Amino acid sequence: MAFAGADWWALFGHFLAMSMLAIGGAVAVAPEIHRYVVDQRGWVDDTQFSASIALAQAAPGPNLLFVPVLGHAIAGLPGALVALAGILIPSTTLALAASRWGEKRRETRGVRAFVAGMAPVTIGLLLSAGTVLAVPQARVPAAWLLVAATIVLSVKTRVGPVWLIAAGAVVGAAGWV
Amino acid sequence: MSDGLTPPSPRSPAELFAAFNALALQGFGGVLPVAQRELVDRRGWLTRQQFVEALSVGQVLPGPNIVNMALMIGDRFFGWRGAVAALAGLLLAPLAIVLALAMLYARFGSEPMVAGAIRGMGAVAAGLIFAMGIRLAPTLKNNPLPLALCAAAVLATWGIVGFARVPMAWVVLGIGGAMVGVAWWRLGHKR
Repeated sequence: MAFAGADWWALFGHFLAMSMLAIGGAVAVAPEIHRYVVDQRGWVDDTQFSASIALAQAAPGPNLLFVPVLGHAIAGLPGALVALAGILIPSTTLALAASRWGEKRRETRGVRAFVAGMAPVTIGLLLSAGTVLAVPQARVPAAWLLVAATIVLSVKTRVGPVWLIAAGAVVGAAGWV
Repeated sequence: MSDGLTPPSPRSPAELFAAFNALALQGFGGVLPVAQRELVDRRGWLTRQQFVEALSVGQVLPGPNIVNMALMIGDRFFGWRGAVAALAGLLLAPLAIVLALAMLYARFGSEPMVAGAIRGMGAVAAGLIFAMGIRLAPTLKNNPLPLALCAAAVLATWGIVGFARVPMAWVVLGIGGAMVGVAWWRLGHKR
């Protein structure tokens, strides 16, 4: 895969745009990132995409780190840094500029309407991100079982995500999914 | 905040860096719960109330909550130097770790056992993200919008983005815009 000058700008520009859309966190834009880098550009395949999210969840730190991991899969270390800079620059600039403004106006009608209206969309986007990750595994029924078991354990018990990820790694290494 | 006793606060941006570095490295699968324990309960830099306020402002803004919160908390104590210190503390060490993992994966990902393990972890990651959405769903009961409308918006977003794979900006502007509009209208009527 030849990664030319225009591709670097496309990569950077895509993550700049995703940064501004990431209301509800970086995972909420995962479906859109998938649509672009896998379906449209073909920079990585489903396996690499899903591995990026799995690696970020398995490591400590914020979930947004799946972005530099994905950047690494696309174009090595420079790709990681370009993707991370892209996802961070717009939202951090805005956060700094807007935090004092927003803190004073937290109770105003406009801000409350925004939070209330976006909440269901954010939940829908999280379910979409889960779907985008789960669907490529559809060939193997055991994988669905693993997804379902994770949902049940995670919602119903307080078991830490790192243990579930570790269990998934063992089940996968054994060749069951 | 100042009621005679000076509340504890970080002495320098370096201490902010260290605090965010420590909490990021403890945060497997999400940093927010650790952040509350570290910043509110252990160090006392923020009251519980201030933490919830910072979180709700962070949620309004685009970008990951925890990143926005780190910026705001750092900014509150030391201006932009504090914001940079908190953000660097939050991201640098975890970034190094996760990139090291990515390089190992690039090298050994074709080994059947490694590939299998990553597939298993991917399935769990999908489940964890579904669970995050499901755990947030009950908060819609306190939403000023009717529950049925919220449910319809969740399902519509899920169907259009998750299955039809329509570009997300249209959905956020369309469904999100409409919902914000209805919420604006209803909040006006309640007062």
